[in-house]
Amino acid sequence: MRTKKTLLVFSTLLMSSSLMFAGSVTGKVTYTGTPAKQKPIDMSKEPSCAKQHATQITGETVVTGANNALENVVVYVSAGANDEGKVPSQSVAYDQKGCQYVPHVLPMHTGQELKISNDDQTSHNIHPLAKVNQEWNKSQPPGTPPITQKYEKEEFISVKCNIHPWMHGYFVVLKTNHYDVSKGGGEFKLPDLPPGKYTLTAWHEDYGTQTAEVTITGNESKDVNFTFKAKAY
Amino acid sequence: MAKLFAVTIFVIAILSAIPILRHTWVAPEDISTHGALIDEQMSETMAEAGISFLVAQFVLGFFIWKFSDRPADAKITKFPGGAKGLVIAAILVVGIEVMALGIFGVKAWANVYLTPPGPDAMPVQVQAGQFAFYFRYPGPDKKFGGIHPEMINEGTQNTFGLDPEHDVDARDDIVAAEMAIPVNKEIHLLMHAKDVGHSFYVRELRVQQDFVPGLDVTLHFTATKVGKYEIVCTQLCGLGHYNMKAYLEVMSQPDFDAWLKQQAGQ
Amino acid sequence: MHDTSVHAAAHHGPPTTFIRKHVFSLDHKVIGKQYYALALVAAYIGMFLSWLMRIHLAWTNAAIPGLQLLSQSGAPGGVMTPEYYLQLMTMHGTIMVFFVLTTAPFAAFGNYFLPIQVGAEDMPFPHFNMMSFWVTFTAFLFLMASFFVGDGPTLGGWTQYAPLNAVGSVAGPGQGSGVVLWAISIGLFCVGQLLGALNFITTTLDLRVKGMSLMRLPLSAWAWFITSCMGLTAFAVLMPACILLILDHVAGTSFFVPSGTVMNDQILPHSGGSTLLWQHLFWFFGHPEVYIAIVPGLGIVSHVLIANMRRQMLSQRVLIYSMGALAILSYMVYGHHMFVSGMNPFSSLAFSFPTLVITIPSTIVVLIWTFSLYGSRLRINSASLFALGFISMFVSGGVSGFFLAQPSIDIMLHATYFVVGHFHLVMGVAAMFGIYAGTYFWFPKMAGRMMNETLGKIHFWLSFVGAYCVFMPFHYLGMAGNIRRYSSFVDDFMQPLIPVHRFITVAALITGFAQLIFLYNLIYSRFRGPIASQNPWEATSLEWSTPTPVPWNNFDKHPIVYHDPYQYGVKSSVGDYVMQTSPEQVETEHDEK
Repeated sequence: MRTKKTLLVFSTLLMSSSLMFAGSVTGKVTYTGTPAKQKPIDMSKEPSCAKQHATQITGETVVTGANNALENVVVYVSAGANDEGKVPSQSVAYDQKGCQYVPHVLPMHTGQELKISNDDQTSHNIHPLAKVNQEWNKSQPPGTPPITQKYEKEEFISVKCNIHPWMHGYFVVLKTNHYDVSKGGGEFKLPDLPPGKYTLTAWHEDYGTQTAEVTITGNESKDVNFTFKAKAY
Repeated sequence: MAKLFAVTIFVIAILSAIPILRHTWVAPEDISTHGALIDEQMSETMAEAGISFLVAQFVLGFFIWKFSDRPADAKITKFPGGAKGLVIAAILVVGIEVMALGIFGVKAWANVYLTPPGPDAMPVQVQAGQFAFYFRYPGPDKKFGGIHPEMINEGTQNTFGLDPEHDVDARDDIVAAEMAIPVNKEIHLLMHAKDVGHSFYVRELRVQQDFVPGLDVTLHFTATKVGKYEIVCTQLCGLGHYNMKAYLEVMSQPDFDAWLKQQAGQ
Repeated sequence: MHDTSVHAAAHHGPPTTFIRKHVFSLDHKVIGKQYYALALVAAYIGMFLSWLMRIHLAWTNAAIPGLQLLSQSGAPGGVMTPEYYLQLMTMHGTIMVFFVLTTAPFAAFGNYFLPIQVGAEDMPFPHFNMMSFWVTFTAFLFLMASFFVGDGPTLGGWTQYAPLNAVGSVAGPGQGSGVVLWAISIGLFCVGQLLGALNFITTTLDLRVKGMSLMRLPLSAWAWFITSCMGLTAFAVLMPACILLILDHVAGTSFFVPSGTVMNDQILPHSGGSTLLWQHLFWFFGHPEVYIAIVPGLGIVSHVLIANMRRQMLSQRVLIYSMGALAILSYMVYGHHMFVSGMNPFSSLAFSFPTLVITIPSTIVVLIWTFSLYGSRLRINSASLFALGFISMFVSGGVSGFFLAQPSIDIMLHATYFVVGHFHLVMGVAAMFGIYAGTYFWFPKMAGRMMNETLGKIHFWLSFVGAYCVFMPFHYLGMAGNIRRYSSFVDDFMQPLIPVHRFITVAALITGFAQLIFLYNLIYSRFRGPIASQNPWEATSLEWSTPTPVPWNNFDKHPIVYHDPYQYGVKSSVGDYVMQTSPEQVETEHDEK
């Protein structure tokens, strides 16, 4: 009993000390070349959604920002993190709003609770095309409670709405909590990395993956950038 | 009780006929060149079916009224002419009537299905998939690029599975989620199903045709009135069947050319 | 004729144990009642599903309290999802067509009364007969099981068109295990009905008692005979089709799936199949099937009407020939379900004309019924009311066939609510009215007690008016282009039609409530109804010449038949009729032969 308690205190100390000396990785995701033009989405068959968008909505496969910034790239620690199984108690949220998925790409930890809600006035269908995990396909009429799900295995799951074929997104199920999705300027940040040697992977739904090695030695912030080659078609 | 029953039948028969006579619920105005014959066929059939319906219900009601609850010693009599008369009446009146309808109807059907499209009919391809229609125009080169089913990707909106990287014909193809056509121009619709059976139904155009997976079906029609109409799927195709629809915009030729140009620019 | 009923007795003696008497019974009467009970359970499940569907169609996003208990994913918070609507719709159609409209008028009444009406002690193959029921029962269990497996029953409609229903769950919820269970269920059902049909045909041909010539068979017996001939050929086509469908699912074959089918951006591993093949196979069965549902009704209604008109039909023969013509034509017209399916447009014309020809025998039947009322002494009771209501419904549902038989008009009406109105009236409501007429008429013989007439009449009035309120407006909706099999109406042009749907829903709930009155009447009368005499309707056919309750071998001694089946309106020692088995010679009013 006592040894157990000592162990607990010790490990807590160790964890907090490593947190104290936590480093971080920041960086930017960009592209080279000319990305294919995103096609406009015609939502006229769903007027309740169409009227929520003042400007023309396009597909979100490739979303770019100023200075060749590339959005919606998931950057995560693919090796060296060793926090597999530390499932956050907080759930991640996936909304259907204006007949789009918000966010377009949603990373989560294996076993983490995923809450899917429908903010629209129309029925949606959520069909994550899982291959490693169990596939399911459920509809969600307006005003109904959120759908709660979990994924137990690491996978990049393409999500589609069978009712609105233009709706498309991704669930990214990871074995780590060290992840981020690149924002409008292509920037991302992985904080709280204890000292160690890591492999970072950047994943884009159309342009594939890239990796980088990084070593954190103390309370430092490292800069890692990724550059993808754009596809013209 | 029998008299009440007879009256109920009369009332139901009359009430049923009222919406028909008042045209409360009817198909919208025809905007096609072939639809007039179908409409004519429809109203002739309605007249015959309606009269048959009313006569049958009234005679039934009348006989129930007249011959129920008669005293036990009332004489059982036979309808003059008996079964032979009725059989002859059925064959002569109803049979010939209905066969005549069928024969006249052949023309209305042949107009749509048994005549080939004209040589300068404008080709438009429609692809039906769970649960949307997509339309494709061949672009300036007047050639449709090939369809590569393995390249279909709804996420990137490559809904037809085109391969512009390698296929020159596909580069100028115009794909849209709504169907625009010029008015008074014959359209040759090439119907392709991506996955399961669907159907293409436009009430105003008087067309309905199933998509057959694995078999490309064609249809031709000419719209005669500018306006916006709805295309709906009528073949059960899955959970989103109810929501599988698109708009048909019939435009003047200049408007159509502008639309095509705008679509090509996107 | 042949006095072969002795042979039937050789097959089995009186039952001795409870299980042999009530469960695995060889007695055609018990099997008939088992079929009736199955149909009854199925009918109320089917009706309940239709209530849920109707409520959803009228108030799409309203929560139905408690529905989430039936299916958490199908109705989160009680709000029905689009797929759950389609799943309920598919189950409603399948249950009603197969397990109600085929079992009740044909298998239930036919089993009970066909051997008695021909004067036999039992069917010639009682073990087959027992198997027929239990296979059908198992089929029903398989179908019900699909509510509880995976993501529920199939959503593909009772027609289960391929490839939607041939490629597995990639096509949607319920398309995996749901379809397989459906196909197993229907395949088994076919086996059950084939066994039944075999018995019916042999009973009619081989087990008639002395004096029972074919033309002396009652019209109900003729209807069952003709129906079983159709069943033998139609179910024999559907069963292999179901097997092929199962193979496409579980063995990766491609009978019904062509190459290049893309779902969820993936090419399916099928190639070379034909989607139209399934439609041809299905409708080759499907059209005779709707006649299998309605022809027994024609016979039962004729039988009930004659006893209540106190006269023969104007011509027995013409009615029999008309039913036979309907049966033969039913195989030549199935293509009218496929006018716009993409088959050769010339085929549509070829299928159109036999379809139109069907009008002639149907009209003859209706004319014979109607004009036989002329000069009759019509008795009004629950049974005859439902029989007369049947005629009215059959006409109303029949005239809409004028439209649907023509390919050019079908362009406008195909897959609309017009079709839904048409088949519900002509094969749904009409066939149900036939079942009710048969129930009110034969209940005294089957249960040994009388049903309550007042409740019966209330049931009739609510059902008759209610059914018209539900199904007539369907035709108007169809003419305005309202598409069937939509879980909600989102198209602009359908918005003005939603109030009509609300009216229909209210009417459907009231009509459904009336069916609960019937259920109460049935159960109450079974135990508390006044004891029935042997022949309460003063009817002539053999089932009324045997004691009530009917002994295990039907007749105390072999009957001999002396008369045509319907000798009413005569002067005899018992009244205005003479039993078929009575040797008494009377002045008969002969009908036209």
